[in-house]
Amino acid sequence: MLKALENISAFYANPTRFMGLAARLHAPLWALALALLAYGLYRVAFVPDDYQQGATVKIMFVHVPAAWMALFGYSFIFFASVTALVFRHPLGHVAARAAAPIGAVFTLIALVTGSLWGQPMWGTWWVWDARLTSVLVLFFIYLGYIALWQAIEEPTRAARAAAILAIVGFVNVPIVKFSVDWWNTLHQPASVSRLARPALHADFLYPLLIMGGAFLVLFLALTLTRMQMEVLRQKLRAKANLHGYKG
Amino acid sequence: MSMKMSLFAAICRQHMQLAWRGGQTVLAVSFLFIAVTLLPFGLGPELKLLRALAPGLLWVVLAIALLATLDRLFQADFEDGALDRLMLLPLPFEAAVLAKLLGHFLALVVPLLVSVPLAGLLLNIEGARVPLVLAAMACGAPALVLSGGIGAALAVSVRRGGLLTVLIAMPFYVPVLIFGAATARVALEGGVGIWPYLGVLAALSGAALLLAPWTIAAALRSALR
Repeated sequence: MLKALENISAFYANPTRFMGLAARLHAPLWALALALLAYGLYRVAFVPDDYQQGATVKIMFVHVPAAWMALFGYSFIFFASVTALVFRHPLGHVAARAAAPIGAVFTLIALVTGSLWGQPMWGTWWVWDARLTSVLVLFFIYLGYIALWQAIEEPTRAARAAAILAIVGFVNVPIVKFSVDWWNTLHQPASVSRLARPALHADFLYPLLIMGGAFLVLFLALTLTRMQMEVLRQKLRAKANLHGYKG
Repeated sequence: MSMKMSLFAAICRQHMQLAWRGGQTVLAVSFLFIAVTLLPFGLGPELKLLRALAPGLLWVVLAIALLATLDRLFQADFEDGALDRLMLLPLPFEAAVLAKLLGHFLALVVPLLVSVPLAGLLLNIEGARVPLVLAAMACGAPALVLSGGIGAALAVSVRRGGLLTVLIAMPFYVPVLIFGAATARVALEGGVGIWPYLGVLAALSGAALLLAPWTIAAALRSALR
């Protein structure tokens, strides 16, 4: 099993083969993402109003999946960076770099929708609550990662530095989470993860899970597109170097 | 063995001398006092308010002053090639990095810590509480230097990478600031039950000590290649 996985990953270490696979995956992945998103939004439109929160509860169907993707995105960058740094897989850096702005935007969406939801519910745009604060710190971690990629001109050097940062940053995330939790807590605890008896009614739960799936596939589709762009950019750069152009 | 020890000491001493001669020690301490002087202009001269906020303010000011020192931690040596020489020494590169960090700590952070009581005086902090606040800072400051070093090393090849260093280091500062300010609050309330707080700060510094030298060495190596 592991051997098979190794063979597959070694096979796609060749950028041309990867581009072939990506070209075949591209359209179906985007179709699935858009279909899931459309179906999820359709289901959300018919979700009954909450007896306390009214229609504002619908923000949840964007807010919560975006927050999931914020965490998923950083984990993705971490694993891609480990693949690149430890196993020296050439696509690891490409995948990590491609995913970073997408994860950052999902984090920003989680922050902004949370703020829009907090205003009617808690009566304020922002509170220094544990979850809000740790997501804000996560956003800064994303920004630092992206800024490092952009600041270092030489590509292999930038890739190594960014991968090191991604790995140390990943170690830091639970420490930040723990200390911020300890520091202040107002946000409600997670209400979906209790799978045995979710605190969320099925009318809310299923649309939420569909939206979560839609966001996940959308994330993967966006990342794949950006990975294709990055591989093309590297090819262009290599060609330009070959012909003695600069830049 | 003893040759390695004396090399370690020499690197540390050299970093201290450069920091001192370059005027960085004086600048860092001045920066701390400038920040403390600006605070009452922003918050108002009310002594009671300043006293209540003093511990947290001192932590934030210490952290910012420390961040401001980071851009010269490795950059000068990177630019003039001294860092390449450090890699050639018969000393593990990680140890050389640790020696520089220790030199940085002694030349810049210790003077900052020594200035904290005086800065606290300006913010009307209660004198009897100062030793505890200082003890908390002494426990937490190594973590700030070590994790700041990670940011400085990753951004070392970037010209004018000061702000980038700050952006990279900031998430690592959050836990230390949280527990540091909490410790200071406990100290102001009399200091009962302060040991667990000091323990957490020391644990953060210990974890940074385990993690940072290798990370920094790896980052510098990749910048030097």
